[in-house]
Amino acid sequence: MSIIDLSHEFDTSVLARVLDKGRSTGAGFSEIFVEDKRSMGAGLDDGKVEAVSSSRDSGAGIRVIHGDTTGFAYTSDLTEKGLMAAAEAAAAAAATGTGGAHKVSLQSMSRQKVNDVRIAPTSVPKARKVELLTIANDAARGVDASIVQVSAGYSDSTRRILVVNSDGVFATDEQVRTIFRVTAVANGDTGMQTGYDSLGHTIGFELFDEESVEELAERAARQAVTKLRARPAPSGALPVVIKRGSGGVLFHEACGHGLEADLVARGASVYANRVGQQVASPLVTLVDDGTMSREWGAIGIDDEGHKSQRNVLIENGILTDYMWDHIRSVQEGRRPSGNGRRQSYEHLPMVRMTNTFVLNGTEEPDDIIRATEKGVYVAKLGGGSVNTASGDFVFGMTEAYLIENGEITEPLREGNLIGNGPQVLADIDLLGNDFAMGNPGTCGKDGQGVPVGDGQPTLRVKSMTIGGTAA
Amino acid sequence: MSGRAVEDLQAIADAIVAEAQPGEQIAAHLGRSSETDIRVRNQEIEHFVSAQSQSVSITVIVDGRTGASSAGAFDETSWREVLAEARENATFGTPDEFAGLAEPDGVAVVEQKLWDDDLAAFPTDKKIEIAKELERLVLAEDARIRIDDVNYSDGSTEEASATTLGIRSSSRSNSCYATVSVLVDDNGETQTGWAYALGDSPLVFDLPAAARKAAERATRLLGAVKPASKVTTVVLDPMVTAQFLGIIGSTLNGESVSKGRSIFADRIGEQVASPLVTLVDDPTDSRSYYARETDGDGLAARRNVLMENGVLKMFVHDAYSARRMNTKSTGNAGGCVALQLTPGTKTQEELIAGITEGVLIDSVQGLHSGVNPVSGDFSTGASGLMIRDGKTAEPVREFTIASTLQRMLLDVEAIGCDLDWLPMRATGVSLVISGVTMSGA
Repeated sequence: MSIIDLSHEFDTSVLARVLDKGRSTGAGFSEIFVEDKRSMGAGLDDGKVEAVSSSRDSGAGIRVIHGDTTGFAYTSDLTEKGLMAAAEAAAAAAATGTGGAHKVSLQSMSRQKVNDVRIAPTSVPKARKVELLTIANDAARGVDASIVQVSAGYSDSTRRILVVNSDGVFATDEQVRTIFRVTAVANGDTGMQTGYDSLGHTIGFELFDEESVEELAERAARQAVTKLRARPAPSGALPVVIKRGSGGVLFHEACGHGLEADLVARGASVYANRVGQQVASPLVTLVDDGTMSREWGAIGIDDEGHKSQRNVLIENGILTDYMWDHIRSVQEGRRPSGNGRRQSYEHLPMVRMTNTFVLNGTEEPDDIIRATEKGVYVAKLGGGSVNTASGDFVFGMTEAYLIENGEITEPLREGNLIGNGPQVLADIDLLGNDFAMGNPGTCGKDGQGVPVGDGQPTLRVKSMTIGGTAA
Repeated sequence: MSGRAVEDLQAIADAIVAEAQPGEQIAAHLGRSSETDIRVRNQEIEHFVSAQSQSVSITVIVDGRTGASSAGAFDETSWREVLAEARENATFGTPDEFAGLAEPDGVAVVEQKLWDDDLAAFPTDKKIEIAKELERLVLAEDARIRIDDVNYSDGSTEEASATTLGIRSSSRSNSCYATVSVLVDDNGETQTGWAYALGDSPLVFDLPAAARKAAERATRLLGAVKPASKVTTVVLDPMVTAQFLGIIGSTLNGESVSKGRSIFADRIGEQVASPLVTLVDDPTDSRSYYARETDGDGLAARRNVLMENGVLKMFVHDAYSARRMNTKSTGNAGGCVALQLTPGTKTQEELIAGITEGVLIDSVQGLHSGVNPVSGDFSTGASGLMIRDGKTAEPVREFTIASTLQRMLLDVEAIGCDLDWLPMRATGVSLVISGVTMSGA
């Protein structure tokens, strides 16, 4: 089944009238964001394929900006009548006076492909998707007799968006994402342990031609089995080596959020007023790149209709730029950076990351471990969170080992690591040459979740506080 | 009272269920909601969101296979498509002898006040004024305070469900709250604090208290240092306790137990916690934020005693996990929503007075990444105040506290009398736990 570009479903004269209605109370800017999202998911647990589910949601969010005030209304009624009613509500919400008439001329449509989808998930029989779950279950259970439980999940989504605004933006995108997750539980003398791994890209069902669900399931199962002999993690400060492709979340939390222009503008970031200054070790070059083909945070356009792009945020440790959305870039009189994103048509856009990663250094990863006399090797990170104002952040380690005399030794139980963003960035003292992107993630901010990617080469932080219980 | 029945939605739910073919079970849920969200900055509106949305979700069970589908519109064409999808989805599941909707069990519904007419009639300009007043009040608390954001939000929902086993219900509910988040700068350091005002309607909001709380949270952390690592006694502030109880609740879920994923499986009747711990889940207690009449299966919500004097008494079940474990649903489809500990007799100050050295945990960070309910490992970022000789002392931050869920329950030393009916799935109360590893410098 081919997916039809959303712009073909709307008459441009209707869109222009809705935009005019949005500005009827005097606002300088109006915008229509239309979204049509279909998703399908299936889960397996305890050996059984459980509820297979699917959903379809479509609607439009109308945003009107009048001075410093934003009015916003959304509707699932995509007829001219429904859109006009939402535009009127948004206009009323933003009104501080009455304005004159406005005429919008929509320019030619822009779109940017960051990826070709070879096999649209909507064209794949559901039975084929469900079959993957059973394959994963069998593979994980085959790893070791200690595996007592396996759950696996498949889901895909096809999101078509159309953005039109009174500045003449007229853009569409189609974002197809496919993801597979496995959690395994192993049971041993010291209780239960879990292992988790996931696989997700901004592509279609060809994901499973390229990557193996069996291997994914086996990795998750091995992680759980290994942790059965894990000892409590240390407490206190130690050097931390983070394996390639598993620690991007460190940068996401340690500085990514703090480089979002909306947080910077309200003075809620430790990185405010620091462009041009040294904010990280000279080894660090940090990039946010929405065009990065296939990766989980890839987008053709952002949810304000601007093309995604590659933005260098920190270069050799010097802060070069923040990430921007429409409102903040207009305030600063600069071009947007393609970082205005929203969870759905029911949400206002704000500054969000896409794929955020640190470029390669020069060290051999093995040398980094050898250079560490005592420390922690983190092979898999869990989620994290940050207080951007103080810079304090945490992230979880779901697979970690002790480093003793330059060698990886005992596995460790789970725990959080805590650090302060600017301090940790300055403390990165070894950077590998083995860059890899990490697992697909969902970034939450103000109650909205959006898909993001991250990545980094193997690296060492001179000192971080490990939240374990061992002395 | 839950207010009037929502007849048009109930009629659609009934119509969907009437489509059931022989051997088919169908559950239909319809929802229609509206929301207002106002953010104020410098006494001006930064954004004003006003919107309506609707939803339909349908579950179909045939031959032990379950399929589900949902959509954001419930006109007849839409719900028929959703029904067809759910039916198709049901063909792909593995037959499960325990699959099935809830059988009505005759337990009577305890009526709750879910709708407030004052809120429904509250004018928009006064909602804006509430946010502006909260901003003024918090700025007046301390000259160093800056605004992060100030919001007023409310919403109302109408819903109706029907099932082929004869469960029918409809209700309407509304709620509102105001939140404030502030930044405080001192000596190049920035700390944050937040608070909220709650109530059935904005008429009963205590805005001065919210302003004071946000300012206090931010200012009392100024000058915080990283503490030394040691094993110590912690006093969890009520909100932190509520987060902790929410995790404990998840380990008592019948589904986790039946699938071998609970640290408490096979431990009914055993002493799993300090004798001080009596834990109930009671959504019929109208003081609970998530007080409700029915659970996600449509059965009456009820009071369940999960732990009594530290002894594990029961797990909570929905219709499915109950059938798997050959027991009855406890009205907990959707999990525990109204956990509470039986309170003790001391205030937080009195609890602290009995501690020679410890730390008052003001807030935690990273529970989602550092706590594993399957293994029981507990590790979280924290900030708070040191306790020395029975009094709170210097503020501390950028440290973690760690133990295991199993040990923490057994190590409960005292429970405060300061029940706090938070907008969370558990009620807050001060909780003293010993033997926790604090990891800092």
